Amino acid sequence: MNWRAIRAIMRKDLRVVLTNRMVWVPMIIVPLFLMVLLPVALVLAPTLDPDTFASGEMMLDDFGPMLTALPEPIRDRLANMDSTQQWVYLATTQLFAPMFLILPIMLASIVASDSFAGERERGTLEPLLYTPVSDGELFAGKVLAALVPAVGLGLVGFALNVVVVNAAGYRLMGGLFFPNVDWVLMVLLLGPACALIGLGVTVLVSSRAKTVTGAQQASGALVLPVVLLMVGQLAGAFYFGGGVILGATAVALVIGLALVWLGARTFGRGELVARI
Amino acid sequence: MEAIRCQGLTRRFGEKGAVRSMDLAVERGEVFAFLGPNGAGKTTAVRMLAGLLQPTEGDAWVLGSDVRLAAAEIRRRIGVLTETPSLYGSLTARQNLAFFGELYDLGPARLGARVDELLGAFELGEAADRPVAGFSKGMRQRLAIARAILHDPELLFLDEPTSGLDPTAALGVREMIQQLSQEAGRTILLCTHNLDEAQRLCGRIGVISEGVLRAVGRPAELAERFWEGLWVEIELEGLADGTLRSVLREAGADGWEPLGDGVRVRVASRDEIPSLVGALAGAGARIYRVAPKEWSLADIYFRIQQGSAEPMAEGGER
Repeated sequence: MNWRAIRAIMRKDLRVVLTNRMVWVPMIIVPLFLMVLLPVALVLAPTLDPDTFASGEMMLDDFGPMLTALPEPIRDRLANMDSTQQWVYLATTQLFAPMFLILPIMLASIVASDSFAGERERGTLEPLLYTPVSDGELFAGKVLAALVPAVGLGLVGFALNVVVVNAAGYRLMGGLFFPNVDWVLMVLLLGPACALIGLGVTVLVSSRAKTVTGAQQASGALVLPVVLLMVGQLAGAFYFGGGVILGATAVALVIGLALVWLGARTFGRGELVARI
Repeated sequence: MEAIRCQGLTRRFGEKGAVRSMDLAVERGEVFAFLGPNGAGKTTAVRMLAGLLQPTEGDAWVLGSDVRLAAAEIRRRIGVLTETPSLYGSLTARQNLAFFGELYDLGPARLGARVDELLGAFELGEAADRPVAGFSKGMRQRLAIARAILHDPELLFLDEPTSGLDPTAALGVREMIQQLSQEAGRTILLCTHNLDEAQRLCGRIGVISEGVLRAVGRPAELAERFWEGLWVEIELEGLADGTLRSVLREAGADGWEPLGDGVRVRVASRDEIPSLVGALAGAGARIYRVAPKEWSLADIYFRIQQGSAEPMAEGGER
């Protein structure tokens, strides 16, 4: 493997992405919304209607089934909180947790579609194919160009999330309360595995899609499993904790690696040049 | 040693033969033109020679290496100017070149010096740090040529290098190609449908249509093949067709073909021209112009494209 060439491809793809407003604007807005605005809104929600939250009605209406699926230690912890604190804790640590996964999936998908389908759409693919770089090196450079910012921005988003959630809820919760171990596992393990799935699907879609927009639209369906996770958790079907996260990571890794492997098989020069 | 050698090189897409049984040899240092209309198979042939497309049948060697077995090695030693410049518009000229230099594994010190050298040589120094999206077509084409020779390739494929350029920019690019062809040992294969360009730049040509290489040679050799002997164009009036034919036959003309305002006649030598003109004048023709025919590449090209690959029959009208 020529790592210098792989780094060059990765750097070039990121440079091109960062000069495309259609790409970098959603890469900033979505993390800001998901990791800063939404969690702060959840933490500050009780200040809008303190009586409802203090009465515990909100807990019973929204989290009833979910509470039954919680493990004993968390229930014990919740027992020592008032209902407003319970809302803030559950909303930020449990309810909101799967939403984080949208971030690596979406970021990987945005960059990968621009890197793979965009190269063909802009007509810049052919000169690359005439270089001595191998198909594997070309593919690796493009995969890393999508994966590294997806995982990196996911970590940055999480760090911001930790700061703003603790800052917004510090007084109410009486100290730092976020994140818990489940969140850390999710960010460090399940997040990158989900990014791999987003990447793999986008690579496969991009090999057929004629435009970046087409590739992104087809990859958009990837957020559906995340929504299902949230709904399943709310419905009390399972507790989105360590065991589920580790299991989901293993499944996501297998699926993601299989998708990337399939994508690599469609990335031969012969196939690519036939579609120029 | 040959830079390119093909034997029965064939590429089919489904049932369609994009390149059919091509035999070709291009010597090192030669400037060779592939002439043909759009879709004739020129680009497919280049893609096979560069190892991008596997031949369906036949063999090819580029710079001594088999295109099936050593594609990466071949790509390291060749440069390709694609039909469109295909540059990264959001990157600067310098970034475009530096990126490709890294892919060709030029060391950091050599890469920086080479990029500066090429930007200067191609008159892009002042625009070096501007995004390519703002460049004119001519500037983009110059940058694309600079990219193609960045790693100092032994063999250069140029696909329609002046396509879409205004006459001034096209002239500049042609001068550049001429200069590149004079650099020691470099072979250039030019794909074009611009006959004037091929005539100015190339030694030998190959005419390709519908995937078949119809003819290969120097323009003069091909002209000799299609129009054997010396041809004279005579602009005249005042003779009926039948009279003209009998006068030409009696004057010993080997062959002839009508022109819009006269006749083109084949003679055995220059010495026969005065007696031929005398015979025509004697029969009552008013002669306005007599000139030996110099066959242009366009004449040759259209004759081949019309499928008239056979030499003209002796002593007959075509």
